[in-house]
Amino acid sequence: MEIDFKHQQAAHCENGVVANLMNYNGFNISEPMVFGIGSGLLFSYIPFLKVNYAPVVSYRALPGIIFKRFAKRVGIKIKKEKFRSAQTAKARLDENLERNNPVGLQVGVFNLPYFPDEYRFHFNGHNLVVYGKKDGRYLISDPVMETTTSLSEKELEKVRFAKGAFAPKGHIYYPIDFPKKLDLENAILKGIKHTCRDMLAPVPIVGVKGMRTIAKLIRKWPKSKGTKTANHYLGQIVRMQEEIGTGGGGFRYIYAAFLQESGKLLGNDKLLERSKEMTLIGDQWRDFAVEASRIYKNRSNTNPSEQYHEVASQLEALANREEVFFKQLKKSI
Amino acid sequence: MKKNEVPQDKSNLESANFRELCYAVDENGEYTTELSTGWNPKTIALDNAIDVLNERIALAKQRVLDQETSPLEYYMELYKMDLPILSSYVGLWQWRVKRHFKPKVFKKLNTKILQKYADVFDISIEELKRIDL
Repeated sequence: MEIDFKHQQAAHCENGVVANLMNYNGFNISEPMVFGIGSGLLFSYIPFLKVNYAPVVSYRALPGIIFKRFAKRVGIKIKKEKFRSAQTAKARLDENLERNNPVGLQVGVFNLPYFPDEYRFHFNGHNLVVYGKKDGRYLISDPVMETTTSLSEKELEKVRFAKGAFAPKGHIYYPIDFPKKLDLENAILKGIKHTCRDMLAPVPIVGVKGMRTIAKLIRKWPKSKGTKTANHYLGQIVRMQEEIGTGGGGFRYIYAAFLQESGKLLGNDKLLERSKEMTLIGDQWRDFAVEASRIYKNRSNTNPSEQYHEVASQLEALANREEVFFKQLKKSI
Repeated sequence: MKKNEVPQDKSNLESANFRELCYAVDENGEYTTELSTGWNPKTIALDNAIDVLNERIALAKQRVLDQETSPLEYYMELYKMDLPILSSYVGLWQWRVKRHFKPKVFKKLNTKILQKYADVFDISIEELKRIDL
């Protein structure tokens, strides 16, 4: 069976799944709207968690949270289930497809055969939609892909039951109840307030303070960890910032798109201004990535610690700029 | 970022024939989307990570050949895992997995445990036990 599901590519997996599921259910919602209302933008440093032998820096809220907040704020209900056994998980998925209900799944990236090898790491926060089954293969709408694809039963089971941090445990989710009209105005205001609060949080590992903490660490790494490890760590920060499904510099642009759309919807010119600023901040994040990549590209560089100081300063400049930005944004609504 | 500045650099994405979606502004300052074939700084970061992994795999291989560690550690590296990930895949405590890295302990493992590892790496027990790699 095949559900008449419209696949639309997205910059980020969770936003994309939510936007596509909403569109399927007759609500025209853009990816930036989902991201903004769900308060997806974040900066956090998770010192006790290592991925790929380097500390984790995340530029977004934890997997699942964006949809949860979005649903609550616009007034829809979602059903979520996790499973112990692969059989039950499969049975529940098949039941839903039987009922013509496309579902969102949380999966691990490592065993996704349609991703290029180089992109397959043990990252379990990826999201996709299953919208049918044909000739024993599940039809997949992966929002970061240009077109739809498919997975065998075994392949899908593997990614649904990937292990490690944030193991999906067959996680399946879909909206079940909708209001007549979505209350976007209020949802936008709540979403913005929440993001401002997160980014300005008085905690050393979150928001602009988290950025400053990382900047300080970057200065220390060449001495405390050696150039090789320092390069690896810095590379990981950039990868977390820019790579598939995790994004970061790109998130600033999605957020700017959200502010622009919201500004028009609410007739709030200040938000349009903020959108322009956020775009420039996104550009500055990209400059940071360019500088950082220069460091670990030239491994034989003569004075790495000086270069490390430079990128650390760049990151601090970004923290300062974002601090001003989010204080203004709070006042703009 | 302006729409015409969306990077179109060569990257590993090409091998899988896909492009990423980016948000950017058009000439009127309106947000729109554009597809990107890749971006150099990102590719450099990824290549860097792959190099580190390959070094780890080569090192683990050498250590197996020198009989300093069991093939488990080599396969763990080969599948881009670390100790917490491998231990959650086989459902054993991390300290037990670590112990199984000792060639002496590894030799004495029973078939049931070996089978668990073999299943995770999708190879046979015989292959798993080979130390000539």
